[in-house]
Formats: sequence, C-alpha cells, structure tokens
Amino acid sequence: MDLRSNLAGIKSPNPFWLASAPPTNSGYQVMRAFEAGWGGAVWKTLGDPIVNVTARFAGLNYKQNRLIGLNNIELITDRPLDENLKEIRECKKAFPDRAIIGSLMEVPERQKWHELVKAVQDAGVDGFELNFGCPHGMSERGMGAAVGQHPDLVEMVTTYAVEAAEVPVIVKLTPNITDVRDTARAAARAGAHAVSMINTINSIMGIDLGSWNPIPSVDGMSSHGGYCGPAVKPIALNMVNDCARDPLVGIPISGIGGVSNWQDAVEFFLLGATNVQVCTAVMHHGFSIVEDMIDGLSNYLEGRGIASVSEIIGAAQNKITTWENLNLNYKVVAEIDQTTCIHCSKCYIACEDAAHQCIDRNMVDGTAILTIDTDHCVGCNLCMMVCPVEDCIEMVEVDTGLPPESWKQRSAAVAAS
Amino acid sequence: MATLEPAAGASLGRLEAPQLGEPIHEPLTELEIKLEANRCLYCYDAPCMRACPTHIDVASFIAKIASGNVKGSARVILDANPMGASCARVCPTEELCEGACVYEKDDTPIRIGDLQRYAIDYVMDRGIDLFAPGAPTGKRVAIVGGGPAGLSAARDLRRFGHAVTIFDPRAELNGLNTYGIVPFRLSYDVALWEAQQVVNLGAEVRTGVRVGVDVSMEALVKDYDAVVVACGMGSVPKLGVPGEELEGVWDALDFIERAKLGKSVGEVGDHVAVIGAGNTAIDALTCSKRLGAERVTMYYRRGESQMTAYEFEYEFAKQEGIEFRFFCAPKRIIGERHVSAVEFVRTALPQGGTKSTPLAVPGSEFVEPVSTVIRAIGQSRLSDTFKALGIQADDGVVKVDAELQTTRPGVFAAGDCIFEKGMREAMVVEAAEQGKQAARSIDAYLRSGARV
Repeated sequence: MDLRSNLAGIKSPNPFWLASAPPTNSGYQVMRAFEAGWGGAVWKTLGDPIVNVTARFAGLNYKQNRLIGLNNIELITDRPLDENLKEIRECKKAFPDRAIIGSLMEVPERQKWHELVKAVQDAGVDGFELNFGCPHGMSERGMGAAVGQHPDLVEMVTTYAVEAAEVPVIVKLTPNITDVRDTARAAARAGAHAVSMINTINSIMGIDLGSWNPIPSVDGMSSHGGYCGPAVKPIALNMVNDCARDPLVGIPISGIGGVSNWQDAVEFFLLGATNVQVCTAVMHHGFSIVEDMIDGLSNYLEGRGIASVSEIIGAAQNKITTWENLNLNYKVVAEIDQTTCIHCSKCYIACEDAAHQCIDRNMVDGTAILTIDTDHCVGCNLCMMVCPVEDCIEMVEVDTGLPPESWKQRSAAVAAS
Repeated sequence: MATLEPAAGASLGRLEAPQLGEPIHEPLTELEIKLEANRCLYCYDAPCMRACPTHIDVASFIAKIASGNVKGSARVILDANPMGASCARVCPTEELCEGACVYEKDDTPIRIGDLQRYAIDYVMDRGIDLFAPGAPTGKRVAIVGGGPAGLSAARDLRRFGHAVTIFDPRAELNGLNTYGIVPFRLSYDVALWEAQQVVNLGAEVRTGVRVGVDVSMEALVKDYDAVVVACGMGSVPKLGVPGEELEGVWDALDFIERAKLGKSVGEVGDHVAVIGAGNTAIDALTCSKRLGAERVTMYYRRGESQMTAYEFEYEFAKQEGIEFRFFCAPKRIIGERHVSAVEFVRTALPQGGTKSTPLAVPGSEFVEPVSTVIRAIGQSRLSDTFKALGIQADDGVVKVDAELQTTRPGVFAAGDCIFEKGMREAMVVEAAEQGKQAARSIDAYLRSGARV
C-alpha cells in the first residue's frame, strides 16, 4: 500500500504527522515518535523562549471516556533556539526520510522573521509552519492568534517568511475567526505553499465544584486556553472542507483537530486534507497509536481496491454544499430491526420528547415492542443515533416519486411562475 | 425457631457478630462503580424497574450515581424500597432487575444490586438521614412483627404522619434479615441499621413482646386505629421420622441464627447432613462448611432440576465445596444421645410428574454416618396465631383483599404470612412491597374516617 504523502513538496512516508505541541517538544520525543513510525513532526513552536505556568492542561471527560477534549495554556518552546536546532539536526540525520517542520512564532517584524527562518532552515527542516493560531498567552503579546485573526497581518507576516524560506511554508490557521477562508486566502495571496488547520479553540475548561477554581488552576486563577481533541473534529472538518472547496485558497491543506485514529484521518482526506496532524491522541495514549493508523488505513484502502492514499484526497469534498442545494424530495424513514432490538425504549423517548412522536410503544408480555409510524416519521435520524445497538435502526430510503428538487430550484420556479 | 418466639432475656445489643469468613460478595471499587454506572443506558420505563417488586426507578438511581449525586441516588432507592440495604445484598437480582436488563441478552447485565449497595452504603457510612416523618395525623397503627414487611409498613406510615408501634417477640428488629440470613450474605450490622432508619422516624418499638401472649389482639384493636399483621412464618417443620429428638438435629433457622449471633451450636462434627434444597438449605450448608465441617452434604428427595434454591445459590454452594445427593429421603435418624447416622431411602418421581410427591424405592435404604442433621424443608404456618388474632387464614395463609386488608376490618397483613405457595417468591423485596402497600391502604383507610 502506498501511503506516501506529499504536502506542497514536503514528502513523508505516511500522511501522519505530529502537530506542533508538547509531544514534539524535544529531540528525544521526536526520535521516539519516528521510531514508532510517524511520518513527520512539526516541532514545538520555536521563537523567543518563554516561561510557562503550572498547571497547564485540563481534560474534558464524558462518562468514562477521558479526554474527549483537552485544553492547554502552555506557550511555545521554553528552551533556547540553539538547543532545539541542534536536536532538529540530529533527528533529521537519524531519520532523513521523515518530514521535520519548523513551527515558528515571532513578533510581526520583517527582520526578525528573516533571521528566525534562516536560522531554522540551516538546521535542515523540510518546511515551516507559521503559528498564527495559538489563542492564549502569545496572542496577548501580538503573536499567534493575534496575527491569525487579521487577514492583512496574516498576509504581511506570511510574506516575511516566504521571502526568506527556501523550503515550503505552511500557515497554521486559527478557528477563532468568523470565516477561516478569509485568512486562508490571505496566506495563499502571500505565497504560502499550504495551510494547516485548525489550531486550538478559545475555551474555559471548567470550574472545580469544590474550590470554585477554574481548571487548569494557576494559584486559583486561569486564563482561556486552547481547546482540542476528539470533540473538535467536526469543527475542523468543516473548516478544512471550506478551504478545500474555495478556489481562492487553492493550496494544499494539512488537517488538524481531533484525529485519533485512521478513520478520523480518512474523513479529513476525503474532505480535502492532504495529510493530518495529531496531538491529543498521542498525549492520551503515546506515540504507538501510529501503528494502527498506518495498518488500519492500509487495510481500509486495500479493502476498497485503492492503491494509494493520494487517490482519496478530496474524494468527498464536493459532497458538501449549501443547504439550498439539497434535494427536498429525498426521503428516508427509520426502520427498527426487531430481531436485534433490545427494547430499551431510548428511541421511543427521544422521538416522543425531542422529535416527532413517531414511534409506537406497545407492551407485549412485559416487553416494549417499538415500531415506527412511517407515515409520520420525518427521517431525522435521532432514533438511530440514540439506539445502543449498531445497525438496529436503519434509515431506509422511500421513493417519493418526485424528481430531485432543491430549495434554490423551488424558489426560482415559484418566482418565475 | 419461629419469628414469634420471644427472645430469652434482654436485648442482645450491638454485639460483635461473627462474620463466618469472607463476605460472599465484596462491594465494587470506586472505579468499577463509575464504569458500571456509566455503562447503563438509562432505559425509558426500564425493564429493570418493571421487574423490581418495589419498582425502584433503577435508571434514575444509576444516573444519579454517574452524576455524582449519590445521596439523591440512595433516596430514590429507599423511597421505593425501605429494605434497600438488605435487598442490595440478598435480592435474587438475576431473577429480577438484572435478569430484565436489556444487556442480559449479551450476558452483561448492569450490576444493579452492586450499584444499589454502593448508594445505600454511602448514606449508611455517613449517617445521612433521607426521610422525615409526616405531619402528625393523630392516628395510631400497631404493627405485629418487625421484620421487613412490618418495618416497611412502619416506615411509610411514619412518613404519612401516623404514629406507629412495632411489636416483635425478638430482641432485635428486622426478622429474618437479622436472624435468618447467613452473615456472609447479610451482616447483622446492616440488618440493624436498616431497622434503625425506621426507628429514627419515630416508630415506637416494643421488642420481646408476643402479640396474643404478652399483649392481646383485642387490646391492640382497642388502642390503635389500625393493625398490620406481619409476623412471617414459623419454625422449620419436623421431618416426621424417628430420632428427631436426638442432639445434633437442628432447625435450619435456629442453627443459622445461633451461628450468626456467635452462640454455640456445639461441634458440628465431620459430616453435616442438610435435608432440603431451598435457599435456607444453601445457607445452612455453607454456614456448616464455614463452621468447620469437613463434609457437608445436601440430601433432597427430588432431582437437581427441581431444587427451589436459586441457580446462583446452588453455584455458590458448589464453590464452597458442598456435596449433593438427589432422590433420597431420610427414613430415620440414628444415634444414642447424639445423632450418628441417618438412614435414607432412595426416591423416584412418578412417571411424568416432577411436581408430585416422590415415592420411596422399596429396598433401596442406605445409611450415611453423619455428625449433624439440619432440616431445611420450608417454614411452618402460624395458623394458631392467626386464630388468636381473629383473622381468617387458608392453610395458614392469611386471607387478604386487594388492599391487603384481612377479614377483620382495620387489620391488614403483609409479608410471608400472606405468602401463598406457588404464587410468588417469599423474598425480602416482596415483603417490602407488601409493607408499602399495607401502609398506603391504611393511610387511605384512616383518612376515610373509618376506624377499627
């Protein structure tokens, strides 16, 4: 299986990179990651070393699932640039086939950017990623998201980097903005070779109910942090797809946001990402998760008779459109498989209280028998979503006998008549 | 020993009751509780709730554990079932809530009993009071028998605001929960805590008092506005074979009680024979084993598939190293002063009749050397007592109407004394439900202005 990836000229043996984050803080970690099989690593953001606080992370748990979301208030590297560059050289020497990307952050001054780009380039990186996304701390100092939230600043600072760079430049975008395409287009205008998204989302993770301290707590206080992890994936997919379908962006995309396994990655690929970057899943489980990402993706592609991962990039991206183009005459209704139903009545109460009261519930010998009132079912999916049994409730297409017609077409027809 | 037999001497007090080894079932760890509480689907109109005789809203109490509202969880349980602490330990959950769980099909039902125990232990350990008596109504109710049914009735009557006096012949309340269930299944402390919750609501308790002997029923009827008869059943009947008077021949309930309270049962010796195959037989068997008997054997006149003990009880007995002999009945107990052997005769069921009385197989007698014999063939009915109380009974089963009112107006009945063989299981949870029902009926009866 050919899993080789090429993002705007940056090659890696597979499309799985580590995002610029705590797992790529040091050469020791990146070496371990490469040994585990990661195709590339975006180094923890380089710049003027900062001072961090404790604590720094907080997790969002759902029931017994830990870290469906994670937020952090850690800043960029706290280690001297020289030390980082020395380690980058060592990693590149030990793993020449892997992609090492230098993530950069600097105040928006041309000279400073040129110096930083050149210094990091000398260490042998395969590309740059401009950190215009970090939403906490650095943004208060005019960097990170403070740049990424203004298309004109994105364009200006990207220009500074591109001017000095001899390797591809990726611009990492913040989701804390009204329309990500505005900043993506600005990056493209400035000559960026790719964009990556999403950086973390502004968030307050929570309040400890005992102490009333926010979490993570820094001496009883906190600041908003950057939110990531499985729960942000839908937001990331939307932004990736928005950019993938936008001709004014027109450059490759590195997908970031909640990628935890090969299935998540496939979704990003199908919606237009050339590769994916991972952080939270590694913070949760360690570098070894990449083994199944590679194995699972290979088996998936093989099972579908696809020879190369590159073939699926963007394959479903145009299946996303605007609501007005959706077919109003398409209809599905729910169907319950009585042989696998466990009679929990979750579908019943969901439909009864929160949807359209279309499930009949009859007690037969003490067991609740659930049936769909197909005449009234609106096909919303809710019952299927709450059903704990895989494939027990299926949404079945009903032939309406009507030709496809969108709202756009219908309102145009009404206007013409 | 009958539940109506008076205790010798004063209250036993809070003695250090022996546990007879490790409890059968340790509580779940905090992690197990979280995993289990979060695994629950919280079904709508849940099958587990429907399967519980007291209709505990299981989905609600488990969701409350999951949300960290353990006090609220305990309240949901105890509101529906005042005997929630003992039920969490002795209920045949496989037959009830867990058996009805939607995950049962996949053999992974939610461990509802363990979750219930966790929630109740939470309030037990912290001394949290969950209920308060209702505004006084000025009505007084006498409760004859302070076991699960009587306590359950008393608890709800107090919540309705009626004054309650519980009469019980024993030194401590909670009947068979206190005296008749082996400590490694239900400890003395938990049984007493459960009773104490009712006392804390202001129930007056008169232990060591036998109604019909120490105080007359007529006096109760005169002094109280209503009466609940919840006196349970009597002792284990005799086997009806020669030699039953020998030393070392026990009534299973008497035996379990003495072992549970740390009183001497003498040397059980190296081979204990238990006659009978119900849940009390299992308790007597496992209790004997834990008291040090080398061999403990159950003798039953029917076959394995006719055993009345729950499947899981049978499994537990097997794990404890109990031996089983089916299709044999005692013919005579042999010994000088103390039992030394039992002569059995093999039995067979008549063709096609698993429920009919087994027949002795002529000439198939055999003698088993034994050191102790324990009979566990059910409990006798307290027909004489009911006669003394002036209420009608059929075959020793108190007659009640749909409201649990006996043939005597204002006198209600609940628990094992209305348990009809072949109708429902004589379970703690059933007794609790009947106690609740009786309390509701009495409340309606008293508020309607009628009087005994």
